[in-house]
Amino acid sequence: MTSWTEELTRARLHVVSGKGGTGKTTIAAALALALATGGRRVLLIEVEGRQSIAQLFDRAPLPYAEERIASAPGGGEVHALAIDAEAALLEYLAMFYNLGFAGRTLRKMGAIEFATTLAPGLRDVLLTGKVKECVNRTGSDGRHLYDAVVLDAPPTGRVVKFLDVTKAMADLAKVGPIKGQSEGVVRLLHSGDTAVHLVALLEEMPVRETLDAVAELDAADLRPGAVLVNRVNPVRLPARSVSVAAEGRVDATRVRAGLTAAGLDLDEFTLEGLVDETVEHAIRVQSEQEAMELLSESDLPTVELPELTDGVDVAALYELAEVLVAAGVR
Amino acid sequence: MTARLEFDPLLDDPATRVLVCCGSGGVGKTTTAAALALRAAERGRRVVVLTIDPARRLAQSLGLRELDNHPREVVVEGFEPKGELFAMMLDMRRTFDDMVLTHAGRDRADQILSNPFYQTISSSFSGTQEYMAMEKLGQLVAQDEWDLIVVDTPPSRSALDFLDAPQRLSTVLDGKFIRMLSAPARASGRGLLKIVGTGFSLFTRAVSTIVGGQLLQDASTFVQAFDSMFGGFRERAQRTYELLRSPGTGFVVVAAAEPDALREASYFVERLSAENMPLCGLVANRTHPVIATDLPAAKALAAADDLDRSGEAPLAAAVLRLHADRVAVADRERRLLARFTRAHPGVALVGVPALPADVHDLDGLREIGRRLAGE
Ligand SMILES: Nc1ncnc2c1ncn2[C@@H]1O[C@H](COP(=O)(O)OP(=O)(O)OP(=O)(O)O)[C@@H](O)[C@H]1O
Ligand SMILES: Nc1ncnc2c1ncn2[C@@H]1O[C@H](COP(=O)(O)OP(=O)(O)O)[C@@H](O)[C@H]1O
Ligand SMILES: [Mg+2]
Ligand SMILES: [Mg+2]
Repeated sequence: MTSWTEELTRARLHVVSGKGGTGKTTIAAALALALATGGRRVLLIEVEGRQSIAQLFDRAPLPYAEERIASAPGGGEVHALAIDAEAALLEYLAMFYNLGFAGRTLRKMGAIEFATTLAPGLRDVLLTGKVKECVNRTGSDGRHLYDAVVLDAPPTGRVVKFLDVTKAMADLAKVGPIKGQSEGVVRLLHSGDTAVHLVALLEEMPVRETLDAVAELDAADLRPGAVLVNRVNPVRLPARSVSVAAEGRVDATRVRAGLTAAGLDLDEFTLEGLVDETVEHAIRVQSEQEAMELLSESDLPTVELPELTDGVDVAALYELAEVLVAAGVR
Repeated sequence: MTARLEFDPLLDDPATRVLVCCGSGGVGKTTTAAALALRAAERGRRVVVLTIDPARRLAQSLGLRELDNHPREVVVEGFEPKGELFAMMLDMRRTFDDMVLTHAGRDRADQILSNPFYQTISSSFSGTQEYMAMEKLGQLVAQDEWDLIVVDTPPSRSALDFLDAPQRLSTVLDGKFIRMLSAPARASGRGLLKIVGTGFSLFTRAVSTIVGGQLLQDASTFVQAFDSMFGGFRERAQRTYELLRSPGTGFVVVAAAEPDALREASYFVERLSAENMPLCGLVANRTHPVIATDLPAAKALAAADDLDRSGEAPLAAAVLRLHADRVAVADRERRLLARFTRAHPGVALVGVPALPADVHDLDGLREIGRRLAGE
C-alpha cells in the first residue's frame, strides 16, 4: 500500500467523493489546506447548495463568488466557492440571452429547479462547467490562478453520473453553446489533471461503496485517485494479542498483575469491565483490519486519517491537513 | 428528567399498527427497523418490515436476495418466532410502475412507462424514493394482512425529506411550468404569464436550446398522458400522509450521538410536533458506554504511562489506554445527548450501544432488539 504518488502530485483537480456522511466535506477542506501548505493557492469548491464549507469554517454563508477563507502554513491560501446550480444556469443563460429581470422572477417561481428536473444532466453540466473554468483560469502572468482545485463532490452513488458529462450531454441539445463548453470539461475530467479520491470508513457499507465506486470510475474512464480512510481509531493492543482477545480470551491474571505493578488495586467488577472493554476493542480492531484488507483490493494509494474524539473544528482541519502532508500530499 | 423509551409495551400493544424509523443517513434506521420487527414477531405479533437499501448481508440474513417488491416470510433455520415475520425491500421503480398501471388504462400506461421523461422521474428524481416508500406503506396498510408494519425510510441526508419529498415531487408533476413548457398555448396560468411576460418565452426558448426539443416533446407527451391520473396520485399521497397522523402510527427517530445526526433529529422532532404526528421517542444508536465505570481516565492514563516507562506489562498498559479512549468517547456522547434532552425534555430516549462489529445476522438484530428494549 502506497501513500500519495507522483501521479497524484501532478493532478490539479482533486475530486473528493465517498458514501454520505463519511467525511467528504471535512477531508476535502483538509486536503485543500494540505495542498496549499508551503505557499500555494488552492480553491475549495462545493456544489450541493448546502453551505457546508461556510459551516465547517464557522463563517457566514458564502456568496456565489470566490473568497479567501483560510491561510495555510508557509504562506499558502485557501479560497472557497459555493457553486449554486441555479445561479450558474442564470449566469450561463445571461451570456447568450438577455433575460433581464425575468431571470430573478423565474428563479423565485422555481423555474430553474424545474428546468433541471426536466434534464437532470443539465445541473451537472453547469456545475462541472464552472469547475473547469476555475481550474483553467489564468492570471495576467499567464499562469494558472489556482495551483490546485479541490471539489467536495456528490456522494459515491451519484458521483460517476455527475462527472460523466458525455452521458449527460446525450440528454441535452446536440448543438448550441453548452455543447462546446462541455467538450472542454470532458477533456479535463478524463485527463491526468484530475483525480477522484474516495473517502471511506472501515465499515461494511462504506467499504463496499468505495470498491463499487472504483469499478464504476474505471468503467467510465475516470481516474480513481487515493482512498482516504477516515475516522481511524487507534489500535491499542499489541498485534499478537488482537486475535486471541477478539475470541474473548484476555489473560485477566496478567492484566491484574500489570495493574498492580502500576499501583492500581482494582476490584473484581472493574477488572471484568476492563476485560470486556478489551474484547470489544479487539473485535472492532479485527473488523477494521478486515475492512482495510478489502479496501486494499482496490490497489489505490491509501491514507489514514484519525478519529478526532473532540469533533471537528477549524483547528482540527489543520490537524488533518498535517496528517495528509506527512503522507506526502503536496 | 427525560423518560426512558420503553419498546416492549409499545410493540405488544395491538393498537400500535405502524412504526416509522426516521433519521439522517447511516445512523442505523434500517438496523433499528429490522430489530424492532424481529422482536415484535418473537413477542407474538404478525409483522412486516419494509426495508430500503439494506446492507447486503443484513438483507441476506432476512432471506432477501433480490428486490422483489413483495413481502416474504422470513424463514431461517432456528428462527421460530411466536408470531410471524415478513420482510421486503423497496423497489422504487417497480412501485412507481405499479402505481401507473393501477391508475391508467393499459394503453395509456404503456405510453407512460416507455416515455423517457417518466424514466428519469421514476428512477432518479430526488424524492421519488420517499414518495414510493409512502406509497408502499399505503399499500401494505390497505392489504391489511399484518398487525404491525415497521417502515424504514430512505437514506437521505435529512430526516425531513421523508415528509417533504412527496410534496416536492407532486409539485413538479403538477406544476404550472410543466404545463407551460410543454404546451404554452394551452397553459391555463394566464395570470402567471402576465407576471413573467416575455421573460418566460425567452426562458422557454433558452431552455429548449439547451435541453433540446426532443426532451420538451417527451415532457409534453408525458404530462398529457399523466394529467388525467394525477389527481389519483395526489390523493393517494395525501391519504398516506394522513395515515402518518393517525393514532396507530408512531415515529421512532434514530440518531447517532454525533452533532449532525442530533441536529437533524432535533429538526425532525420539532416538525413532528408541529404536524401533530405521534413521536415514540429517540433511539441514540451506536453509543460507547464505559463498562469499567469505576476507573477514571486520568488515573488509567497515569498508570499506563508508568507501565510504558518501565516497559513492563504491555498488555495491561494497552488495556488502560483503550479504557481511557472509551471514557473520552463516552463523555463526549453524554454531553451531546444531554444537549438534546435539554432542548427536548419531553422526548423519551433509549441508548443502543455500538456492537463491536456490523450487524448482519438475526443474532445481531436480536441483540440490538434487547438493547432497544433496555434489557
Ligand atoms: N476524522 C474525523 N474525526 C471525527 N469526526 C469526523 C472526522 N471526519 C469527519 N467527522 C465528522 O463526521 C461528520 C460528517 O462529516 P462531513 O460533513 O465531512 O461528511 P460528508 O461526507 O461531507 O457528509 P455528507 O454526505 O452529508 O455531505 C461531521 O460531523 C464531521 O465533523
Ligand atoms: N448498534 C450498532 N452497533 C454496531 N453496528 C451498527 C449498529 N447500528 C447500526 N450499525 C451498522 O451501521 C451501518 C449503518 O446502519 P444502517 O441501519 O444501514 O443505517 P441507515 O439505515 O440509517 O442508513 C450498518 O453497517 C450497521 O450494521
Ligand atoms: Mg458534505
Ligand atoms: Mg438504511
